[in-house]
Amino acid sequence: MSSKTLFDKVWDDHVVARLEDGSDLIWIDRHILHEMTSYKAFDDLRSAGHPVRCPHLTLAVQDHILATDPGRDDYTYDKGTQFIQAQRRNTAEFGVPLVDLDDERQGIVHVVAPELGLTLPGSTLVCGDSHTCTNGGLGALAFGLGSSDVGHVLATQTLSLRRPKTIRVSFEGKCPNGVFPKDMILHLARSIGVAAGNGYAAEYAGSAVRALSVEGRLTLCNMSVEWGARMGMVAPDDTTYAYLAGRAHAPKGQAWDHALEAWQKLPSDSDANFDREFSIDVSQLPPQTTWGTSPEHTIGIDEVVPDPAQEPDLDRRKSMKRALAYMGLKPGSAIEGLNIQRVFIGSCTNSRLSDLREAAKVAKGRKVATDVRAMVVPGSTPIKRQAEAEGLDQIFLDAGFEWHESACSMCASVNADYVAPYERCVSTGNRNYEGRQGRNARTHLASPAMAAAAAVNGCLADVRRMKES
Amino acid sequence: MEKFSRLEAVAAPMLRDNIDTDAIIPVAHMKTMSGEFGKSLFANLRYQDDGNEDPEFVLNRPQFRDAKILVGGENFGCGSSREHAVWALLGFGIRCVVASSYGDIFYNNSFQMGLLPIVLPPAELEKLGAEVTAADGVRRTTVDLEQLEILGPVGGHYRFDVGPLKRRALLEGLDAVGVTLLHADQIDAFQSRDQGRRPWIHQLELGR
Repeated sequence: MSSKTLFDKVWDDHVVARLEDGSDLIWIDRHILHEMTSYKAFDDLRSAGHPVRCPHLTLAVQDHILATDPGRDDYTYDKGTQFIQAQRRNTAEFGVPLVDLDDERQGIVHVVAPELGLTLPGSTLVCGDSHTCTNGGLGALAFGLGSSDVGHVLATQTLSLRRPKTIRVSFEGKCPNGVFPKDMILHLARSIGVAAGNGYAAEYAGSAVRALSVEGRLTLCNMSVEWGARMGMVAPDDTTYAYLAGRAHAPKGQAWDHALEAWQKLPSDSDANFDREFSIDVSQLPPQTTWGTSPEHTIGIDEVVPDPAQEPDLDRRKSMKRALAYMGLKPGSAIEGLNIQRVFIGSCTNSRLSDLREAAKVAKGRKVATDVRAMVVPGSTPIKRQAEAEGLDQIFLDAGFEWHESACSMCASVNADYVAPYERCVSTGNRNYEGRQGRNARTHLASPAMAAAAAVNGCLADVRRMKES
Repeated sequence: MEKFSRLEAVAAPMLRDNIDTDAIIPVAHMKTMSGEFGKSLFANLRYQDDGNEDPEFVLNRPQFRDAKILVGGENFGCGSSREHAVWALLGFGIRCVVASSYGDIFYNNSFQMGLLPIVLPPAELEKLGAEVTAADGVRRTTVDLEQLEILGPVGGHYRFDVGPLKRRALLEGLDAVGVTLLHADQIDAFQSRDQGRRPWIHQLELGR
């Protein structure tokens, strides 16, 4: 038998039928729905007269268009009401389990699925959201869909897909202090380019990835799509199994033993071939942030804003100029010290407990700068409760941060949390596109520690120079 | 799904790389279930801060208002999985996008809704972009999915390729779920075999 990559093993394990044009019909193990992209899928199902084939493998959540104000309900954000209530009606009609607003498990879809033990190594998991690749951090083949494909999975529990090529990204070395998975993945987007992963499934490997916690791996995989890879995976190991053991929907008892035996065969064979290999040494990496309007517009905090005149590629030069104008920046200016007005700590990229702890370390004993509005939005209600039990909420509140209910919030600004025109925001989200956080909003992506450092300094700051107090 | 076979129409040039789905339809315009998103296409670029149209934006110029073909750059439709991006393009009247590459999710979504996303190699795309820019909406471009070719407005000739299943689905206006359900027996067989092989996947109780 020829040697296989992690991706090959999972893919081949799920082929229902080989189709005539080199596509495969792939079985889907887990399907997660959120309220912004699933209503159309349910409408399609209803008009075609299809039932949901496997409601027991499907879970719906509410996360995108929810208010984050304490005590929120269906009506707190008026534009969300119809989506929230449609999700409730549709899931009841089709027998799909729902984690509703007031459920103690509520949270952002890609935070909830791993947290509940729904995301398993070697499984296929889809959701109508591009950041579904987050779940690859546990060794799942996980990817985002549009609403029509959501309907297709609801009706058939399968997808017709062309097999992607494979790329292995190896992060080697030990991350210096103040450098996090977010910095690794931003640096990758810069190094490889945002279109590089189109048509590829990615595997992250190397000593720096092995050293990461599962939460860190989820952050890494989350931004696969930001360099074009629809799916990004980390091979399961003891860290993975320790994370999963005992989670609500992870297998138990004998089922666990059988699953574990299968999972341990998943890592890529040592002589497996990838269509492309890419390698990054993280041992000298400074904290990263974005200067422009694409995740590849990334620099180290100690660098200056790049000069389009020095970019040989004409299209890139054009896009850099446009980004500089949008961001209100001059080539050659330092990124450190740039004044900011908003800070957002949250999103499916960076809203987990470890993220909040890192941000709290920086915030502790300090004050959010005058004229900066900083918010912390935990990724799920369980994370919020745990953070409160640890006193993190109090650290943030004492420092002048806002402490919110869980939702996607200002990462995508689907709800009422947005950045005003021309304001500058340091965000732990995943996209710094034009208009992503609001019309003419200027976004700088960074790690939670860097975001907290920006909040207390009132400007982009180098977290390596801040002592724990 | 509306069929697609041959389209003769004005092509509009938007020759930028990385036109993301947030640009194609900003989230602020997705907070409706009306299904009508054509007016929201490229909203942040098409409308000024005061809500009036920006006369400089390509699709606001009189010669491109009826464009049905959009010529982009590299990595068109990257970012968010929102199918609203496809709905907005179709709502405006665009039936075909030509680019050198696409975000994978957008590419799939397009076929689901009857929007044809054509891939041309960068050099060919540049030629077509130049033709379309020079024609300035006066001459039409022809996209022929039967013949797998584009006839540019100034006489250029471009071959393209589309997977045979996707091509047939567009030509015949096939419903993707219907096509998959032709394999219902194989799906049933996979599921029952897999329940024995990986019971931990299938034994799930997700109730509250």
